[in-house]
Amino acid sequence: MTTRRDFIKISTAGTGAAALGLSVLNWNGVGKAFAEVENIPASNTELTPYPTYCEVCFWKCAGWAYVDTNGKIRKIIGNEDDPHSNGRLCPRGTGGIGMYYDEDRLKTPLIRGKKPDGTSYFREASWEEALDLVAEKMDKLRKEHGPECLALFSHGTGGKMISHLVKAYGSPNITAPSFAQCRGPREVAFTATYGEDVMSPERTDIRDTKCLVLIGSHIGENMHNNQIQEMSQAIDNGSTIITVDPRLSTAASHSKYWLPIKPATDIALLLAWIHVIIYEELYDKDYVEKYTFGFEELKEHVKNSTPEWAYGITTIEPHIIRRTAHEMAAAAPRTLIHPGRHVTWYGDDTQRSRAIAILNAILGTWDRRGGFYNPEKVHLPSYPTPPYPKPKRSWKDAYPPGKYNLVNEVLSTGICDATIPNPDLSCHLRGWIVYGTNLMASLPEQQKTLEAIANLDFLVVIDTMPMDIVGYADIVLPECTYLERYDYLRTSPHREPALALRMPASEPKYETKPNWWIAKELGKRLGLEDYFPWENIEEVLDWQLKKIGSSLEEMQRIGVKKFKRKYDDLYPLDNLPDYEFNTNTGKIELYSTELDAEGFDPMPKYTHHPEPEEGYYRLNYGRAPMHTFSRTSNNHNLWDLMNENSVWINPKVAELWEIKNGQYIWLKNQDGIISSFSVKARVTERIRWDSVYLVHGFGHTNKKLTRAYGRGASDSELVTKITMDPIMGGTGMRGNFVTFLKEDPRKEVKA
Amino acid sequence: MKEELFVSGRDIPNIDPYLHIWHWQIPLYLYLGGLAAGILFFAAYYVIKGKEKQMQTTVKWAAIIAPIALVLGLGALFWDLKHKLFFWQLYTTIRFTSPMSWGAWTLMLITPMSIVWVASYMKEMIPGWDWKWNILNRFEAWVIKYRVPFAWVMMVLSVILGVYTGILLSAFNARPLWNSSILGPLFLTSGLSTGLATIIWMSKDNHERKVLTRIDLVLIIVELFLIIHLFMGFLAGSAVKTEAASLFLGGEFTVTFWVFVVLLGLLFPIVLEAFELRGYHVPKWLPPFLILFGGLVLRFVMVEAGQITRFLY
Amino acid sequence: MRYAMAIDTKKCVGCGDCVVACQTENNVPHGYCRDWIVENVSGSYPSVQIELRSERCNHCDNAPCVRCCPTGASHIAEGGIVLVTHDECIGCGACIESCPYDARYPHPEGYVDKCTFCKHRVDKGQNPACVDVCPTNCLHFGDMDDSNSDVSKALKNRKWKVLAPEAGTEPQLYFLT
Repeated sequence: MTTRRDFIKISTAGTGAAALGLSVLNWNGVGKAFAEVENIPASNTELTPYPTYCEVCFWKCAGWAYVDTNGKIRKIIGNEDDPHSNGRLCPRGTGGIGMYYDEDRLKTPLIRGKKPDGTSYFREASWEEALDLVAEKMDKLRKEHGPECLALFSHGTGGKMISHLVKAYGSPNITAPSFAQCRGPREVAFTATYGEDVMSPERTDIRDTKCLVLIGSHIGENMHNNQIQEMSQAIDNGSTIITVDPRLSTAASHSKYWLPIKPATDIALLLAWIHVIIYEELYDKDYVEKYTFGFEELKEHVKNSTPEWAYGITTIEPHIIRRTAHEMAAAAPRTLIHPGRHVTWYGDDTQRSRAIAILNAILGTWDRRGGFYNPEKVHLPSYPTPPYPKPKRSWKDAYPPGKYNLVNEVLSTGICDATIPNPDLSCHLRGWIVYGTNLMASLPEQQKTLEAIANLDFLVVIDTMPMDIVGYADIVLPECTYLERYDYLRTSPHREPALALRMPASEPKYETKPNWWIAKELGKRLGLEDYFPWENIEEVLDWQLKKIGSSLEEMQRIGVKKFKRKYDDLYPLDNLPDYEFNTNTGKIELYSTELDAEGFDPMPKYTHHPEPEEGYYRLNYGRAPMHTFSRTSNNHNLWDLMNENSVWINPKVAELWEIKNGQYIWLKNQDGIISSFSVKARVTERIRWDSVYLVHGFGHTNKKLTRAYGRGASDSELVTKITMDPIMGGTGMRGNFVTFLKEDPRKEVKA
Repeated sequence: MKEELFVSGRDIPNIDPYLHIWHWQIPLYLYLGGLAAGILFFAAYYVIKGKEKQMQTTVKWAAIIAPIALVLGLGALFWDLKHKLFFWQLYTTIRFTSPMSWGAWTLMLITPMSIVWVASYMKEMIPGWDWKWNILNRFEAWVIKYRVPFAWVMMVLSVILGVYTGILLSAFNARPLWNSSILGPLFLTSGLSTGLATIIWMSKDNHERKVLTRIDLVLIIVELFLIIHLFMGFLAGSAVKTEAASLFLGGEFTVTFWVFVVLLGLLFPIVLEAFELRGYHVPKWLPPFLILFGGLVLRFVMVEAGQITRFLY
Repeated sequence: MRYAMAIDTKKCVGCGDCVVACQTENNVPHGYCRDWIVENVSGSYPSVQIELRSERCNHCDNAPCVRCCPTGASHIAEGGIVLVTHDECIGCGACIESCPYDARYPHPEGYVDKCTFCKHRVDKGQNPACVDVCPTNCLHFGDMDDSNSDVSKALKNRKWKVLAPEAGTEPQLYFLT
């Protein structure tokens, strides 16, 4: 029996011969027989499974890619041993083959050229030429300005290898939009409270919780795979779900309590809950006594945050606030106030996350069953390479000293700030490498991003699809999809430490190459070969695996390997042992000494946020379960499920505007920015009358995306006003308001 | 506010947002089938009654239209099939629960019979006509000898053909507009009436025309009665039925149906034919034309509107 | 042996995984689907409820599509699964007209196609592709005649409904409410 590695080699030769044979015979019948393999249901054909883990979103569920005898990938099914997926992939994972078969994929390296009339165009180039050019530009940059003037935006597994290159090159400016644009506030808040952050995947024990509280989190529309599975188990177990959301999300529809809160008032509700739980003595006295610091200060702080006070702000009735608080307390410690994931809403998000952390603390849920578990990951040794050079400057130098002291990751918006030339700065970033993230959709304030790009010496984009950012690149390097490459092993933390292998199920299509090859080739050209002392990444993987008692061959067979926990317990505080937290006081800080020291409020306060004026509606955005980011809008399988987004409008509002269900309208925001394309109106009772809702990731402007171009409206386009979180630089994006235009605004201009 | 939508992007052509899987080929076939059934019925009837001599057009000349209509109808049907190469599967089995199967077999029998019928009159219609082969001459003689039994068989088959065009639709309980037992008799009556209209138009014999016009008048009144009964049934039925009827009572088919089918296709002909029988001068072609037109529109409207109606859940 | 499916509307999140899994398993052509998700919204903000249903062919006991098929291509197979024999189908569309649930669709290759309860998998003792992939585990499948099967257990203690029972089709898809 042939092993999987041999299979790949044989198939390329084999299909070549078969193709030759077919053309010689040119028989309709033979051709039909060949095609019919594809018409037979997948489970009825002979399939070979290849282990992989999904890269469509960031959950990285492990699975098997099944390939038939013609070398075609037929389906992707979850790996049953994987704690992320438990054998069931979400629709994006199942539809991952659409990413592989997408004819609009980037196929060859592209280099920007200028025509005689001044217009730019992309010309196809060879890898040699493209890599040489990138290396040349990077070399020039470090010679003239220093390697610290390069920045890398990366998202996804492959970013690790590119980061390795950039660190070897000497730049510390490596960022992912997922901090300042997404989960940054809660990481800082939880670290300030518990000394550890929430991690990704979140360490939430939804499976065993008796009361799940969701503050705006829309599990079920976001497909955090095992969280949805666990929420389903919680529903089976009769657990109470309380959802706080101005919109009836899917999670809200499955909840026992839906609190249709007025947008931007969540802190008031959280403070009121803390008030009820403290003053009605429903908190976990032993836990609070043993593990927390600052309880008396907290009690004094929430003295006036009564449900009646909160009612006036949030429109949630006092008896509901009390009843839900009682439910939470009754179920404690198996209660979980979910920290959410994308929490950059209004600029005070760190404080809101602090309120969530505090509420969890007084109910005694941290590090206990039904609340937050203690995750563990496999620690793989790094392949030995020379130490990285120490950079002399970093992006933080673009800001006044002492700002963002609490920030432990690089701010993507900080990179933009550091790129735009500023008389106060002695230098600015001059080169960007963008890996696997469509900046036009992931960063707010598009005009700032464009301004930054205009000031760059060069922009290199590495991606699989011609996303909108690709249009601005100087050099485009096409990467192959996750189904066509090896990558670093997945070592995400979970209840049990687990490793997952990604192995190619097919040779890279077209002229695409994997990230490790691109990094190594660039390394060679930049004199950094020492940092890539291996032939290919399989060498690295095998070396790493052998160090922990496994091997590449074993991982190829099983896909996922689980290990025994080495440290602590899954729920270390269940029985209230002695424990020290990694905070200044060694305890859970209800009163944050860290924040206090930096001059921020040590306990969250409610502040009022701007509301839309008449005729404008707050732009809320989120996910749909069949798509993720802006990267799946062109995927044919997922496009079949949803090919455009729609703007949700309350029926009363629609009646005022005389907008009918299904009508296409344009959106204009408070800064006068108009959506590039029209968007379908969905008139629905699920949305509040003061807001509208858009699913993120549509409204693509790159024509090369034949299915996604021009469909729907881009919410990122309309997020032009951000409120900076002073604590960690997060960009609060939900303070944008839109109005409706029923006629094509660009037609008028033409006339 | 009640809202129902597909969340998974379903938009199957010809099925969403409402069903439209049968296009013009089906109502055309139903019309031509009914027409042929009507013609053949009366041709057979008058042969059985022995009134061949008085009703020449009915028995001989108009009968030519029947096989032409049937072949055209079958052609339209075949065109509508989406898996054409397998059409012969229809004739490998008889399925008694499927009106389409009855139809397939009935057509299989009645089409050659109608061709034989016309062929057996060729010598009378075209003097000097000669079948070249002896076997054909002998066959012709056999048919002429057994013309009356032949006519009985054809009459029965033509009734089945006429009624089946309606039962075909009424057997679909998923389409509330069609799911009424009145549809069978309605389409039969309409078929007979359109058959008569054709014969009347073609005939030059005043006596023949008078006899047939009287019968036609009765048939149209029956048809009108059946339509009223149909709507009474809808309005007294369940929610899906009243919803279906609303398409014709204020909905998009209101004008088309009540003006073209009822007013022009039924009421006008009643009045015109009544006057004609009273002796007033009425253009000869007008009543038949209106009846034929009304019958065609009836089929088109019923097939199109019926597909829009559905169960509500 | 009577196969049936129960769909738990209390857990379905309308993600469409069942639709994509069916597509990759059964080579459903783009633009068509064998199963789909329906969302029903009722009420008025903030007293709003939604129901999410994963729908497909109901494999009715009294299937009108089998009754009206002129060639017998549409037939009931073992376990009550309604199937179409591709090479006997003439593509007349009568079955599409007769289905109150709009479960069938005209396949581009000419014949009429629909959900088959993944009979090719069931015969091997596996579940239909949609049941195996659903992340909320809200699809229950099995033999109704076996009291230990997943579907029998799901129906035992829950309220359920079927779609359009008045159509007289005796559908075998049960929606747990």
